[in-house]
Amino acid sequence: MLKIDQLFAQIEDKGILKGLSLDVKPGEVHAIMGPNGAGKSTLGNVLSGRDGYEVTSGSASLDGKDLLAMEIEERSHAGLFLAFQYPVEIPGVSNLEFLKTAIEAHCQAKGVEPPSSAEFLKQARQACKQVNLPQEFLKRGVNEGFSGGEKKRNEMLQMMLLQPKLCILDETDSGLDIDALQTVAKGVNDMRSPERSFVIITHYQRLLDYIKPDFVHVLSDGQIVRSGDASLALELEKLGYGWLNAEESA
Amino acid sequence: MAEQIEQALKREYEAGFVTQVESETLPPGLNEEVIRAISARKNEPEWLLEWRLKAYRIWLEMEEPEWAQVSYPKIDFQSISYYSAPKSMADGPKSLDEVDPELLETYKKLGIPLHEQQMLAGVAVDAVFDSVSVVTTFREKLLEAGVIFCPISEAVHKYPELVQKYLGSVVPQKDNYYAALNSAVFTDGSFVYIPRGTRCPMELSTYFRINELNTGQFERTLIVAEEGSYVSYLEGCTAPMRDENQLHAAVVELVAMDDASIKYSTVQNWYPGDENGRGGIYNFVTKRGICHQRAKISWTQVETGSAITWKYPSVILKGDDSVGEFYSVALARGAQQADTGTKMIHLGKNTKSTIIAKGISAGKAQNSYRGLVRMNPGAQGARNFTQCDSLLIGDRCGAHTFPYIESRNPSAIIEHEATTSKVSEDQLFLCRQRGIDTEKAVSMIVNGFCREVFKELPMEFAVEAGKLLEVSLEGSVG
Repeated sequence: MLKIDQLFAQIEDKGILKGLSLDVKPGEVHAIMGPNGAGKSTLGNVLSGRDGYEVTSGSASLDGKDLLAMEIEERSHAGLFLAFQYPVEIPGVSNLEFLKTAIEAHCQAKGVEPPSSAEFLKQARQACKQVNLPQEFLKRGVNEGFSGGEKKRNEMLQMMLLQPKLCILDETDSGLDIDALQTVAKGVNDMRSPERSFVIITHYQRLLDYIKPDFVHVLSDGQIVRSGDASLALELEKLGYGWLNAEESA
Repeated sequence: MAEQIEQALKREYEAGFVTQVESETLPPGLNEEVIRAISARKNEPEWLLEWRLKAYRIWLEMEEPEWAQVSYPKIDFQSISYYSAPKSMADGPKSLDEVDPELLETYKKLGIPLHEQQMLAGVAVDAVFDSVSVVTTFREKLLEAGVIFCPISEAVHKYPELVQKYLGSVVPQKDNYYAALNSAVFTDGSFVYIPRGTRCPMELSTYFRINELNTGQFERTLIVAEEGSYVSYLEGCTAPMRDENQLHAAVVELVAMDDASIKYSTVQNWYPGDENGRGGIYNFVTKRGICHQRAKISWTQVETGSAITWKYPSVILKGDDSVGEFYSVALARGAQQADTGTKMIHLGKNTKSTIIAKGISAGKAQNSYRGLVRMNPGAQGARNFTQCDSLLIGDRCGAHTFPYIESRNPSAIIEHEATTSKVSEDQLFLCRQRGIDTEKAVSMIVNGFCREVFKELPMEFAVEAGKLLEVSLEGSVG
């Protein structure tokens, strides 16, 4: 599904990712953990093609297609979805209009007929239920005046409707109360399937209480320094990130 | 990213074609003889000629206003032709079948078919081409309801007492430089009269088209809504692409008697000139309405064209409990300059006004909101709410707000809110990450910003305005 090989990336002249490699197979859930400044958010941004990041060497592919050669929207059409840490507001553009435009763009890229308005509305309402957002939110401006929790649920709503192959969650759990956290986790768990993979970027272990990852990786100074199963997250939680550094320098 | 947005903003001006018709055009120049010639061509009564000449003499004494936040070379008023009409219109065709097919084709190309059976049901159209009205549809049907909708040049003959009573009653000849000029040389425009207690059964609209080179368009629109009546009127404007600047100086007067309501909407898409500021229409317009007791006047405008826009649709709230509204979207891109806003003059008790102004600037454009809210001593309990929002696209454009607030009544309440925002990189990234390309994303974000104003437009126009913004923002993405 996702294959990253020896990826180096920088912002301006500052190196952030320094030879990161990762192999995510269909159906797998990978958690990426690490201290602040390790390059966690950069990973999501580089994979989705955000401006301001320069890839200096290495490769990243999705289903064998070179991600780094694609435009931002092409990566989306190819099935990559990034759930944002800080979802931005688009005042006056209703959620429904936004979602419909996005789905139509995806259908157009795939050369298939977009769903009818009635069919789309049905899907959108169903997805609202699943992420516990009242249906009025479909009429409101995108994230306009939403609470932190509502914004994250809205991210899940978008993810459900777009049905991506690869979902990258960039610290989606930050700033969430326990209810919102559970809703986000439920959204992910509902969507888990043998054809879909997840990369969950998080600073804390607590989201992993609700989403059980297949693999946990520790990112430090732009590289994956340790990989393991779910128990690695618990170990980190107990000992803190300082433990890694101490071990490395020892 | 700024580059991508600017690319997305480049566009074709779709209404920029020229119609090949033989026209009868007065030679350039302005003097009393020219005014007499215009008046003679329209076979006007003596009083109107005198009225024009008086305006001309006032205009000669006046100075061109320079206070607006716009800059342009001085206009040579002697190099403009003040009258141009297709020759085929000289004998005054009686029906649509007699109208030059070239002219009908022009309007069809602009998306305004003039054959009644092809038109949007419920919209009557007056089509003004350079200095004359080509055709006005659905007139008989409207007359059945007692509604008069005809070219003003015709109203002068058919309804002289109404025209004489109201012409210049809201915007006097001496009001300002361009209003005086218009009063001296105005050629055509629409006249609307809604009798007492009548709800106009259709939307009325006028489409203005400038075609001839070196010609100015000076139209005059007069709408009178008698007691308890209602009318919704819309106007659209386009012009060919030319390297020369052309002058458009219109006057619109609205009279809303007791309990009457007038909704006036404009979608202005005059040729804006090229990216370097060559060509385009100078749009210097005076629009004003007067509200009697409990009357309501609502201005909605979507201004996307013109090289320069200088325009302040205003309401005089004379009657107690009357209501004035102003909803505006002004888009300035490339080298366009817009200085637009409104004046709300509160005279009566418990008068209310609402101003929602949205300015969008892109490229090197300068966009200014200029608005006056005045509470006179008699405006007991009057209220105003103003909201001015500016959206900047790219980093070379400017947005300016000039609010003038004058309160002479301590019980009046005035609120003013203003915001400035940018189409942010984060918003674009969100849209693109969800699969929406830059062009569509910018257009969606801009449309969202304008939503509050668009919802005030009549349905047929709201769709058109949305599309117009899309066209305005269309282009290839780099």
